[in-house]
Amino acid sequence: MKTRKLLSLAALALLTAGLHLFTVFSGTQFYLVQLTMAAYYGLVVIGLGVMMGYAGQISIGHAGFFAIGGYLSAALTTNDLTPFVATGGIRILDNLGLLVHGQDIFGADLVTVSPWAACLFAVTVAALIALVIGGPVLKLRGHYLAMATLGFGTIVYRVFLASPYFGEADGISEVPAFQLLPATALFGPLVISGDSAYRVLNYYLAWGVLFVGMALLLNLIDSRAGRALRSLHSSEEAAEAFGVDTARCKVQIFVLSAIYAAVAGSLLTHFNGGIGPNEASVMKSVRYVALVAVGGMTSLWGTLLMGVGLTFLSLRGVFGAFDDVVFGVILIVIMLFAPEGILRGVFGRVVQLFLPGRQV
Amino acid sequence: MISNSSHSEPLLVLQKVYKQFGGLQAINNVGFAVQPGSIKAVIGPNGAGKTTLFNLIAGNMPATSGTIIFQGQEIRGKKPYEIARMGMARTFQNIKLFPGMTALECVMVGRHTQSRAGFWAGLFSLPWTWQEERAIRHRSMELLEMLAIADLADVEVSGLAFGQQRAVEMARALAAEPSLLLLDEPAAGLNIYETAEVARLITTIRDMGITVLLVEHDMSLVMDVSDEIVVLSFGSKVAEDTPPKIQKNADVIKIYLGEDGTA
Repeated sequence: MKTRKLLSLAALALLTAGLHLFTVFSGTQFYLVQLTMAAYYGLVVIGLGVMMGYAGQISIGHAGFFAIGGYLSAALTTNDLTPFVATGGIRILDNLGLLVHGQDIFGADLVTVSPWAACLFAVTVAALIALVIGGPVLKLRGHYLAMATLGFGTIVYRVFLASPYFGEADGISEVPAFQLLPATALFGPLVISGDSAYRVLNYYLAWGVLFVGMALLLNLIDSRAGRALRSLHSSEEAAEAFGVDTARCKVQIFVLSAIYAAVAGSLLTHFNGGIGPNEASVMKSVRYVALVAVGGMTSLWGTLLMGVGLTFLSLRGVFGAFDDVVFGVILIVIMLFAPEGILRGVFGRVVQLFLPGRQV
Repeated sequence: MISNSSHSEPLLVLQKVYKQFGGLQAINNVGFAVQPGSIKAVIGPNGAGKTTLFNLIAGNMPATSGTIIFQGQEIRGKKPYEIARMGMARTFQNIKLFPGMTALECVMVGRHTQSRAGFWAGLFSLPWTWQEERAIRHRSMELLEMLAIADLADVEVSGLAFGQQRAVEMARALAAEPSLLLLDEPAAGLNIYETAEVARLITTIRDMGITVLLVEHDMSLVMDVSDEIVVLSFGSKVAEDTPPKIQKNADVIKIYLGEDGTA
């Protein structure tokens, strides 16, 4: 099982490099932009995939967590704190080195929170919100859970849409680049930025984040906690009878998937240089659920491939004006005709030929 | 294991336990004790309240009143997972395995209370969890071997035959190293050979130092293996005695064979 995991992760690394080489040789390097974005969306989808497919808990509110990550990062790194620099709390932040002093395009002083601090704060807030609402909400099952998470997503959407601090309907633009690491002797700086000079770097950063996210989830699935999650999916009663605190497990996976969504939201916002309320919309949440479904609920690899693949096509505009329609239709068709996902049947069997053992 | 409790101290004690469902008195003033190292059976006609009684003991539903003491601690009102962590394991009348998992994985879930790697340790696959994981797998495999289903370890459980699923359930329960094992109709749906196998298994389990409380319909099984029998009828305890005496008990005969029980 260990070798299997390593082999499949190696395949993901090869795929990453392969896609890059493909764009180089076919002269389509502009695809890298959408591939980068698709990787971040893929991170949301695999986080949701573990929660839905393995623990059996649905969420139609994950765009909310993505937006919390993105919006908080964007607002903190763009909104000027100059008037408050002298006040107590902000001064402490400044002394801790969490603020960035610069100038705006008109040459006026601009003080903002550093991207690292903003990102950590944004992800922490998303995790705390998941922790707080997770307790009561995850007591619900089936449609009731779906409705409650849908309600959560709607609230987040309306809050961002209505707040001047978050730019109302315009969202937030001019979000600065996120320097992960300064330049060293060996490498240049690691920067998350949409600047075309950093295009290849950002492609590898995004896929690297996806790779790490995937590796962690694969760890989890085969661990004691992962088995507990999978057991409560099929019988909460039996899981409890063997000492599994099902309520706690559900909240843990909910928080983890919220963290995945918020990290993706934060990083993608820095890459795009902005975020708009559309990212928080219910259609986005439905899209994530559709991508998990089409990838096959209990196949994390299927979820990753379909999540990244379909998102890429969508970002390339293949579905045109019918984008949301396509994902809605996908959800209905999958639920009706292939609840196991379309990859499980075909892809799963092919993989089984080469790597006998447990199902994908 | 039970080694630390003295012989005189019962492992499980029920006192004046009542359970009411609306107007229905499902369990009515039931009390008995289970001695460590013994096999105790609860019998009674359909609807006597046997499974309800099990659910009260395992914490799946709260008793309306009364006390249930396990290992010297009151457990009425505790959650099932808390009771499980104290050392109680169970099987289910209508098998509750985990579809989508292999037989081995199901048994490995049974090791939950015997291991400690948490959510974050699992996520980051911390090195100290590797050894624990190996130990979980090893012990689970041993139990599958003991139940002669080791060859089914990698088979997904919903693809197993009924009797095999029963065996996986038993292995999962044993994986928890319980001090008390609740068996809810372990022979339901099994043929006479399989039932005889279950009887042997139950005595083996007792010999491993595990106290057994079972609910069962199959009289031959109950009479063969139990040290003591509690008879329930319409939620009330009618008799509690050794198998030979239960067989001669006039009230019990009346319940099972009707008022004129000479036939």
